[in-house]
Amino acid sequence: MPEPGYLITAVGTAVAVTWALRALPFAMLVPLRSNPLTGYLKTSMPVGVMVVLALYTLRDFTPRVPDRAWPTAAALAVTVGLHVWRRNVTLSVAAGTAVYAVLASTAFA
Amino acid sequence: MSAPPVESAGYPPAAQAPPPSAPLQALRDSGAVGLGAFPMGIAFGVLVVHSGLRWWWASVFSSLIYAGSLEFLFLGLVLATVPLAQVALTAFLVNFRHVFYALSFPLHQIKGRAARAYSTFALSDEVYAVTANEAAQSYSSRRILLLQGFIHLYWAGGATAGALLGSIVPARVTGLDFAVTALFTVLAIDAFRAHRDLPVLVLAVICALIGRVALPGEMLPVAFLMFTAGLLIRYALARRRRRSTDA
Repeated sequence: MPEPGYLITAVGTAVAVTWALRALPFAMLVPLRSNPLTGYLKTSMPVGVMVVLALYTLRDFTPRVPDRAWPTAAALAVTVGLHVWRRNVTLSVAAGTAVYAVLASTAFA
Repeated sequence: MSAPPVESAGYPPAAQAPPPSAPLQALRDSGAVGLGAFPMGIAFGVLVVHSGLRWWWASVFSSLIYAGSLEFLFLGLVLATVPLAQVALTAFLVNFRHVFYALSFPLHQIKGRAARAYSTFALSDEVYAVTANEAAQSYSSRRILLLQGFIHLYWAGGATAGALLGSIVPARVTGLDFAVTALFTVLAIDAFRAHRDLPVLVLAVICALIGRVALPGEMLPVAFLMFTAGLLIRYALARRRRRSTDA
C-alpha cells in the first residue's frame, strides 16, 4: 500500500500539471484562436486521445486468458451497442460495467 | 429561489419576466452532466476503497485532481507507486486536450482574481461541455462559477458516497474497473460523432497498438507522441497539397 506522503505528493503533481494545462492556455492560446493548425488539432485530438486511452486500459487483454477475454468482449459489445443506440454516457458505462462485473464475478470467476 | 439576480447590470436585461436566479440557472445548466458525473464518482469511490485505501482518499482525489478520466488512471499508477515523473507525464498527456478549452471557455466573464483561479482549476470536461455554446459566452460570472461548483460537487460527492458505500459491496465482486474502459470507449464514440474523421481514428488505433507491442511499459507516451506527430504530418501534407492546387 502506498505511503500517505507519496500519495500527497502524487496528488500535488497531478493537480499542478492539470491546473497548468487548464490555466496557462488562456494567456497563450487565445491569440491563436483563428490559427488553422490550432483548429485542426482541436477537432482531431479528442477522438484519438480517447481511442488511445481506451486501448491503454485494455493493454493486458489477451485471448489466451478466456476468463478475462470473454467478459471484456461481451462488455465492450454491450457498451458500444448501447451507446450507438441510446447515446447516453451514464447508461452505456453502467450497463457495460455491470455486464463485465457480473460475468467476471460469477461465470468466469 | 425566485429572487432576481443580484448583478443584472452586466448583461442585457430580459425582455419580459425577470430571468431565473443564477443558482437556479446554474442548477439547470449542470443537471444533465450531473446525471453522469455523480454515478461516475460513485464508481470511482468504490474502486478507491476496493483497492485498499481509506475512504477519504476518494474525497481528496476527486476534489483536488478533479479530472475524472485522469483519476481512474491515477489510482492505478499510485497503487503501483510509480515515480512522480510518470504521474506528471500521464497527467500531461491525458489532460492535454484541456489546452483547447481555453479557445471557447468564457473566462473573460469571470470577475475577480480568486474566482478566475477557481474557474480555471475547475475547468473539467463536463464544464467545457456545458459552456461550449454561443449563449454561454454571455453568462454572468456568478452563473458560470455556480455551475462549476455544482459539477465539482456532483463528482466529489459521488466519489465520497461511493467510497462510503464501497465497504458494503463485497470484495469478491470484481471488474468494476471496466468502468474506465467503458468511459473512454463511450467518449471516443462521442468524439467521433462530433468529428467524423476515419483516418484520425485509424491512426490512433495503429499508434496504440505499436506502443503496446514495441514498448509495453511506456505504451501511453509512445502512442500519444506518435499520434500527435502523425496529426502534424497529415496537416503539413494537406497544406502542401492545397498550396500546389492553388498555385
